[in-house]
Amino acid sequence: MARMISYREAINEALALEMRRDPSVIVMGEDNAGGASAGSPGEEDAWGGVLGVTKGLYGEFPDRVLDTPISESAFIGAAVGAATAGLRPVAELMFIDFMGVCFDQIFNQAAKFRYMFGGKAVTPVVIRTMYGAGLRAAAQHSQVLYPLFTHIPGLKVVVPSNPYEAKGLLIQAIRDDDPVIFCEHKALYDMQGDVPEGAYVIPFGEANVVRDGDDVTIVALGRMVSYASEAAEELAGTGVDAEIIDPRTTSPLDTETIIESVERTGRLVVVDESNPRCSVARDISAIVAEEAFGALKAPIQVVTAPHTPVPFSDVLEDLYIPSTQDIVNAVKTATDWKR
Amino acid sequence: MSDITNVVMPKWGLSMTTGRVTEWLVEEGEEVSAGDDLLEIDTDKIAGALESPAGGVLRRQIAELDEPVPVGATIALLAPAEVPEEEIDQAAKAAREQLEAGAVEESAGPEIGKVTVDGREIAYARMGSEGEHIVLVHGYGGDKNSWLFVQEPLSSSYLVDAIDLPGHGESTKDVGDGSLDVLAQAVTGYLAERGIERAHLVGHSLGGAVAIAAAAAAPAQVASLTLIAPAGVGPDINADYLRGFAQAQSRRELQPHLTALFADPSLATRQLADDLMKYKRLDGVDASLNALLATLLDGDRAGIEVAPLLSSTRVPVRVVWGEADAVVPISNAEGLADRADVTRVPDAGHMAHMEQPSAVVRAVTSAVEATPAQQPA
Amino acid sequence: MTATATVRTQEGLSADKLRDAYRMMRTIREFEERLHTEFATGEIPGFVHLYAGEEASATGVCTHLDERDTIASTHRGHGHCIAKGVDVKGMMAEIYGKATGTCHGKGGSMHIADLAKGMLGANGIVGGGPPLICGTALAAKIQGTGGVSVAFFGDGASNQGTTLEAMNLASVWNLPAIFVAENNGYAESTASTWSVAADDIADRASGFGMPGVIVDGFDFFAVHEAAGEAIARARAGGGPTLIEVKFTRYFGHFEGDQQTYRADEVARAREELDCLKRFRARVTETGELSADDLDAIDAEIGQLVEESVVEAKAAPLPTEADLLTDVYINY
Repeated sequence: MARMISYREAINEALALEMRRDPSVIVMGEDNAGGASAGSPGEEDAWGGVLGVTKGLYGEFPDRVLDTPISESAFIGAAVGAATAGLRPVAELMFIDFMGVCFDQIFNQAAKFRYMFGGKAVTPVVIRTMYGAGLRAAAQHSQVLYPLFTHIPGLKVVVPSNPYEAKGLLIQAIRDDDPVIFCEHKALYDMQGDVPEGAYVIPFGEANVVRDGDDVTIVALGRMVSYASEAAEELAGTGVDAEIIDPRTTSPLDTETIIESVERTGRLVVVDESNPRCSVARDISAIVAEEAFGALKAPIQVVTAPHTPVPFSDVLEDLYIPSTQDIVNAVKTATDWKR
Repeated sequence: MSDITNVVMPKWGLSMTTGRVTEWLVEEGEEVSAGDDLLEIDTDKIAGALESPAGGVLRRQIAELDEPVPVGATIALLAPAEVPEEEIDQAAKAAREQLEAGAVEESAGPEIGKVTVDGREIAYARMGSEGEHIVLVHGYGGDKNSWLFVQEPLSSSYLVDAIDLPGHGESTKDVGDGSLDVLAQAVTGYLAERGIERAHLVGHSLGGAVAIAAAAAAPAQVASLTLIAPAGVGPDINADYLRGFAQAQSRRELQPHLTALFADPSLATRQLADDLMKYKRLDGVDASLNALLATLLDGDRAGIEVAPLLSSTRVPVRVVWGEADAVVPISNAEGLADRADVTRVPDAGHMAHMEQPSAVVRAVTSAVEATPAQQPA
Repeated sequence: MTATATVRTQEGLSADKLRDAYRMMRTIREFEERLHTEFATGEIPGFVHLYAGEEASATGVCTHLDERDTIASTHRGHGHCIAKGVDVKGMMAEIYGKATGTCHGKGGSMHIADLAKGMLGANGIVGGGPPLICGTALAAKIQGTGGVSVAFFGDGASNQGTTLEAMNLASVWNLPAIFVAENNGYAESTASTWSVAADDIADRASGFGMPGVIVDGFDFFAVHEAAGEAIARARAGGGPTLIEVKFTRYFGHFEGDQQTYRADEVARAREELDCLKRFRARVTETGELSADDLDAIDAEIGQLVEESVVEAKAAPLPTEADLLTDVYINY
């Protein structure tokens, strides 16, 4: 392999490959073409989304890449409606924080159709959305809200941690017949990784074991996977061998891989950039406490952001985001714990 | 200084950048011969023993146990007993400093590329700069990286290409009708496309059958055959393994099948299963694996019969077979004795070139050396 | 006779079409009147919102639609379902919460949907439907099916952001979409004369770059004509239209609503304005259909609805296993 591309390019490539393969795949969102498609006098394909993720697609698929007004309720709803009518729309909800203005279309409409309509609806919509702190974007553009979607039956929630994962999981999301919320960490867009050129799928509900280890299980999500890997390298120097599990999808969640690991290591640290209350971290902790209590040699440790909005000032935001050191400390608490 | 041999971290496979010494098999001061196992190395892909590149005394162990060592960095120093201790100390200091500074120049690495044969892209990795051409042909579901322990040692004397068969690795996933002919033509077409007049073919399992078919179809292009657990020379084959491999949809489903590949089941690592699932999940791979499965199997027996083709060839043939092979069992080797020099390898399963690479290297070398020089045109 | 017949032909309504339209309106009326009675017995779970009085709207629009077309409806959705061809017996069983219901008892009155019929669902969220039909209209446009999509919504939803955003989007994307604002005078108990700041909901159309028309919702022929024009324009690529249909609902917001917020306008509407009465008077006057024709339809529908209630009551309930199915296609 050894073809390094960025997380952003991996997502773009997944979209392009699927649009080539399947004429029912369409892309829509604010500035997704950005330019002449929306009547501006400048360059045809000016933006390609606010961070350029869809750049270049309009040129190849002018009829299937749609700019939208800033009307998230309308176009997210339209994506959901189009999905019931034979298309496979990939809608970009620019920042996950904006779900506040269109959540009804996601959780009352898309998520419910299949069940509410007695199994007769098929709603293969993908909502791509960027999340996460680290860009000094403050409280309304930095949140980690995948726990809210994870809570809703009928939705699938994907949290890719690197370029390889992003491409394979997005192709799966597009081919999947259920509604999928695809959460892209904005601080990962420039992350480079080894990605095959062709199309491939990573199934939902199968965790990736990023690192094998016997002393402690670290479950980490999204951007936190690289942080956990750094922490594990540091811990290896102190003789602690950490296993790292990236669940890849929070719904469905591969509890089997997590529990098998904890049964072997006896210790669990969950790292989740979201706020702690009702977070995925607490959910995983609860599942392990319920199902593998007897295997635990120490209390489960949870590393999350604090229960505050995301602050603006550099110094505060850096304190807000869980750090590698926080993970190392949590692991030490677990490994040092004595009854 | 010239008497000191630096034992360096080898590059086992394209993605390997570092390895760790997990165990010293030779203590400082002990005498070794070239080819003796010196130490155990663990990479993120696989563990294996490193053979001594030369004879002499192991004067220093440079790398610490479990320390990450970049490819090409010095792990140990070998020298004859008469080299003075001061000189060794000096070399050890330099090696240690280089290691700690991380100032190891990335070895050139293999030349990687693709050529088009019959409309399909065939990916290859070439190591070595001179000598006879050797082409390594992997088995069902494998790829060019499966030769990681064999390609590097051979490349010190030969020009060694590992290729991805159609449907595998980074080659085009379409395998046409999935017949042996399609695969054999990919190999001979590869030689033609690369301007290789004549090559020594090394084939594992399905790749062994492919090599035989290529030699039978294009005798002028094939100088010798080294076959590792070749498929189709006898009727016995583990159909459950093949079907299980083809059908597995997750790491969890695949991993139990992989233990059949090795004499030492601990080699069927989670990482191996992950890498194989990465391959199986590429678009088109399912279809090609199923097409090839139909070629490989006739019910629960081998679906191909290449023994007559092998008899029709005139080139030197070496066969290496792991005694613990649970996929294409060694029972198939009966009846090959009159055509080939068969090496039975203890402590190896189906993946003899991974578990006992030195046996494979020796067999290939023997086949090459047994080949009469080509008559000048 | 001849002259009158010529007029009918120009309106594109053969006797068969007229019979179909009457049958559709009569089915809705019979279904809703019967539910009104049955609900009072306490046998129907949850709550139901009845469409009686508004039949000309669903019927006037949906008689133009075919299998290419999609509609989205509201919490007051039985009429739209029937008009788009959803099976009446399945609907009744659904409202009774039975396994034989259109949605296997998992949706209920507010969520009856039949995507195979182009019925994207009654909808429990006020303003839920308009964005969705932008999507089905977009699909029709991209796939080139010639299909149109219709959002029915009430005066309440006309004040929802989703509805307004959807109308804007439909114009921006030039979609084959029709927005039918069914103004029955009240959002729950709140009068539209108070909650809608414009004089008419239809006035809002100009703000979204589309034509807006107002029609008498008790007059099937008026709705039919306005809808026909809008739908033909949409099919031809002419973009969306807002149609405001004005009328009065015959029952409360939900069954059990004492309706103390309104004077007795219903009695007058039933007596003087009722869409079925007016339809009957008009077609029998012109001789297009006979009273016998219409009586036969009344009898046929009475029988159908009777059977649907009997069968729904006798139908099996969902089982415990049904609780967990159909959340996902695979998970």
